[in-house]
Amino acid sequence: MLRRRHNDGKVVKITIDGEAVDARAGESVAAAVLAHASGATRTTPVSGAPRAPYCLMGVCFECLMEIDGEPNRQGCMVRVEEGMTVRRQQGARDMERAS
Amino acid sequence: MPDHTAPGSFDVAIIGGGMIGPALSLGLLERGLKVCILDEGDDVLRVARGNFGLVWFQGKGFGMPRYVEWTRRSAMLYPEFAAELREHTGVDIGHANPGGLELLLGEEELAHRQHYIGQIYQQGGGKEYEVEFLDRKQVEDMLPGVGLGEDVVGASYSPIDGHVNPLFLLRAMHTRFQQAGGTYLPHHRVSGVRKNGAAYDVVTEKGIVSAPKVVIAAGHGLRELGPPLGLDIPIRPQRGHILVTERTKQILPMPISAFRQTVEGSIMLGVSAEEAGYDDVVDTSTVAKIAERAARTIPALRNLNIVRTWAALRVLTPDKCPVYEESETHPGIYAVASHSGVTLAAVNAKVASGWIAGDPAPEQFEAFGVERFDAQKTA
Repeated sequence: MLRRRHNDGKVVKITIDGEAVDARAGESVAAAVLAHASGATRTTPVSGAPRAPYCLMGVCFECLMEIDGEPNRQGCMVRVEEGMTVRRQQGARDMERAS
Repeated sequence: MPDHTAPGSFDVAIIGGGMIGPALSLGLLERGLKVCILDEGDDVLRVARGNFGLVWFQGKGFGMPRYVEWTRRSAMLYPEFAAELREHTGVDIGHANPGGLELLLGEEELAHRQHYIGQIYQQGGGKEYEVEFLDRKQVEDMLPGVGLGEDVVGASYSPIDGHVNPLFLLRAMHTRFQQAGGTYLPHHRVSGVRKNGAAYDVVTEKGIVSAPKVVIAAGHGLRELGPPLGLDIPIRPQRGHILVTERTKQILPMPISAFRQTVEGSIMLGVSAEEAGYDDVVDTSTVAKIAERAARTIPALRNLNIVRTWAALRVLTPDKCPVYEESETHPGIYAVASHSGVTLAAVNAKVASGWIAGDPAPEQFEAFGVERFDAQKTA
């Protein structure tokens, strides 16, 4: 389980897989998801292997998530915003947008 | 480790390690012949790394019924060819033969395509030609869940069309070649071929390789190597672009000519044709045109990110049909050139190889010689 070292930031309310979560202003979606719960944040398109954010700097593409209905976004490169909807991604994305 | 630097003697020396050379080599090795492939390094054009991966029948062979037959023959041999490669090498080349569509945007494209396909049929003398036209409703039934753009009026369809992963195909052929005892010689750029008694000396940057038979399957390299050997074949480079999307759930049950979905879920978008000499740099305006047409055809493609794009240079003959020719001035030296290296891989391995080994030429080859280009020059 990961813990925030500094927990004094302004609260930003988001949902992660439908669950209301208090994120902190300035943090990335990937950080918010990691702080919320440990474990995989997606499964891969071909083998279905579990994956989680790794490099946290936009390089490895392991943190792909659905953010505000748009799949395959890099969670580490997007800052949390009030009201944001985040979903862990299972396998390949749909061609159509989710919403 | 095999010694890749020692020159030697072979029954057949193949110049070129792309789609054509390795395919031919497999049939030669099966006959117990000693074969080498002379290849260059990865700093050359490497056309065989740029393929789209269609095993395509419909629309090929305009003006040359023999090429229609040859293409059909290869498509029919593909299942067996793919199964053998998988069995021996463990590499699944992802061959599938679900049929293929060419989607047509607007009545003008439809009329043009009907005329073109109709002519190929007539040129075949009324023999069976497995291409039919579908209206929009029939296309929708064939592509459940795919939202077609409003401009799509119909499609031409052939049950013979299919596709393959071209990089796995290349890897499988090279793996099988070495497994079956072939000698692969990379970084052996060939500067020329000269007669030496009953054999030919192939002069490379790393020494001389000797063989009574030499196959030039060197793609654009044929322009330089061919003329001194009586094989002055007017091929030219034609640039094509390919775009690859991120992986998505399976949505396309069959290749749609300019689009195909891979086993892994990526959708590949093509296919352009530009006269750009030997420049294989990606041109963004061409990329934009491909993307625009893709989005007109299947609007949901707009939602997908493009993750890769590249350009490669087709080896094009003046009539877009292949060349299989033995030199008249230098018997035992063969030239094989085609932009359909993927589609023809199976028939090259299974049939064309026999011609090089000494079997009578397949009947289709009467059309594949170079004399047709002289006729075009004087016509």
